[in-house]
Amino acid sequence: MSSTNNPAPKWLFPLVLSFIIIILAAVIPRFLPPYTIISLNDIFMYIVLTVSWAVFSGPTRYISLASAAFFGIGIYVSAVLGNVLPFLAAIALGGLASFLLALLVGLSSLRLRGMYFTIFTFGLSELIRHSVLWWEVNITRTVGRLVVSVDNITVYYAMLTIVLLTLAMAYFIKNSKYGLALLAIGESEEATDHIGVNVNALKILAFAMSAVFMGAAGATMATRWTYIDPSIAFNPLFSFMPVLMAIFGGVHRIYGQIIGATALTLLADMLLTKFPYYYNLLYGIILVAVILFLPQGLAGLRERMSKWRKHVLVK
Amino acid sequence: MRILEGKGVQKYFGGLAATADVDFHINQGEIVGLIGPNGAGKTTLFNLISGSIAPTSGTIMFKGENILGLKPHQICKRGLARTFQLVKLFGSMTVSQNILLACFFGKSGGVHKSDAQRESSRLLEFVGLSGTDGVIAKELTIANQKRLEVARALATKPELLLLDELMAGLNPTEVAQATELVLEIRKKGTTIFMIEHVMKAIMGVSDRIIALHYGKKISEGTPEEITTDKTVKEIYLGI
Ligand SMILES: Nc1ncnc2c1ncn2[C@@H]1O[C@H](COP(=O)(O)OP(=O)(O)OP(=O)(O)O)[C@@H](O)[C@H]1O
Ligand SMILES: [Mg+2]
Repeated sequence: MSSTNNPAPKWLFPLVLSFIIIILAAVIPRFLPPYTIISLNDIFMYIVLTVSWAVFSGPTRYISLASAAFFGIGIYVSAVLGNVLPFLAAIALGGLASFLLALLVGLSSLRLRGMYFTIFTFGLSELIRHSVLWWEVNITRTVGRLVVSVDNITVYYAMLTIVLLTLAMAYFIKNSKYGLALLAIGESEEATDHIGVNVNALKILAFAMSAVFMGAAGATMATRWTYIDPSIAFNPLFSFMPVLMAIFGGVHRIYGQIIGATALTLLADMLLTKFPYYYNLLYGIILVAVILFLPQGLAGLRERMSKWRKHVLVK
Repeated sequence: MRILEGKGVQKYFGGLAATADVDFHINQGEIVGLIGPNGAGKTTLFNLISGSIAPTSGTIMFKGENILGLKPHQICKRGLARTFQLVKLFGSMTVSQNILLACFFGKSGGVHKSDAQRESSRLLEFVGLSGTDGVIAKELTIANQKRLEVARALATKPELLLLDELMAGLNPTEVAQATELVLEIRKKGTTIFMIEHVMKAIMGVSDRIIALHYGKKISEGTPEEITTDKTVKEIYLGI
């Protein structure tokens, strides 16, 4: 939890950070080449996925691998309804669809703990991917669809808004009594139940809330790919990356999650262009190194530094 | 007045009757002890009362309402709290966070943060843990972890408190302090039902004692009656 030696109030950092992001982000696109905007959109997408994932899985230690399902259903909502609905309505509906799907996943996995929950959520995402594929092959007889395209700048502003909403949600949940209760669930579900917390309701609701902006982001990003099919929309990578990014940056700090998502997106981008042949190898080595040497992620680095500084100052 | 009353409470684990047809009651303001050899079904009975496990059959009335089959959080909200035989704290959270949560979600619920904080320091002082607010719970000694668990249970504002082997693993000084604490809690108006193996302690504080063996109630009475009861002597005290 927040260190007691830190004199700045704990709302200061997120406030300043989001302020800077808003100002910078709002004016920046005019001055940037399209390529950079596209890559910023990618970063935004992963920030939304990572921070959303950590809203539930961070404190409760229920490692979900269903992010791809929530992101993918948003993509599909946008692909199916994009040409009959306005952009904003498609985004909202993507978020809603994702919320409802997460409610269902949450309800059906209530009794599962630890590894079983993780495997269940992964299996369910895969099931959804294959069901949609089966549907397209056997019922509609067209695999994949075209998505109404929206220009990069609009996507950029939509993603920026979703990022800010995600951060606001994560921040408020984390600092509310429900955030504390989610942490308690990660420690002892039985004890949490016995002090008056409706554990099942809280778990399901937090899980569903964490899916809303994943779906909204999916609906938004879909317009950028112009063509989607089940293997693009429900790519398991969308489930694994948020977990890696959160661990890489620091699961228990929102700023850590942001740093993790940003750093790994940029890293992947850089490695892919500079070392197309060793890309995966290098990426893997860096991941393993960070997890080995910084078990608290990059956010842990800052805490280590400040501990170390104090240590030196005392001497 | 009977604050808690169980009738025909049964719990089977497969073929094993952990609790077989137990009738019992607790009067308001009493301290009642629950004793019995290892595996007698004491913790199982507590688990049934607090909603941890579902009963096979029977009824448990708390303040006139059948609570058997309710969820632990529903039972907590009705004013019944407990501690665990093996302490179940929120280990990586601070001492005060452990208590704050119980204030926020316990019987009164919807407590304001500043009130909860005041209540938390009051409770820490009450159980003898003042000044440990910021300490990570799992870094406390076992005796202090047990105190914290009691404080957390009290923070939910219970009318009936179940204590599962509060004294186990404590040294004689700590046992004396724990005994004192139990009496203080009752003085503040909370009824107590406690499991204990430390005979001297339980005989000293209890108004009444219930003895279980193989899931059955074998005896019930004042501490004096229990110590002279023939069956209890044979089975439990081994005399
Ligand atoms: N969840 C469970 N599943 C199967 N059997 C159980 C379960 N819980 C308890 N039992 C069995 O029920 C019996 C009673 O156990 P219980 O824990 O209630 O005993 P106890 O009186 O609290 O003993 P102790 O003094 O050792 O704490 C034991 O035989 C135990 O093995
Ligand atoms: Mg026991």
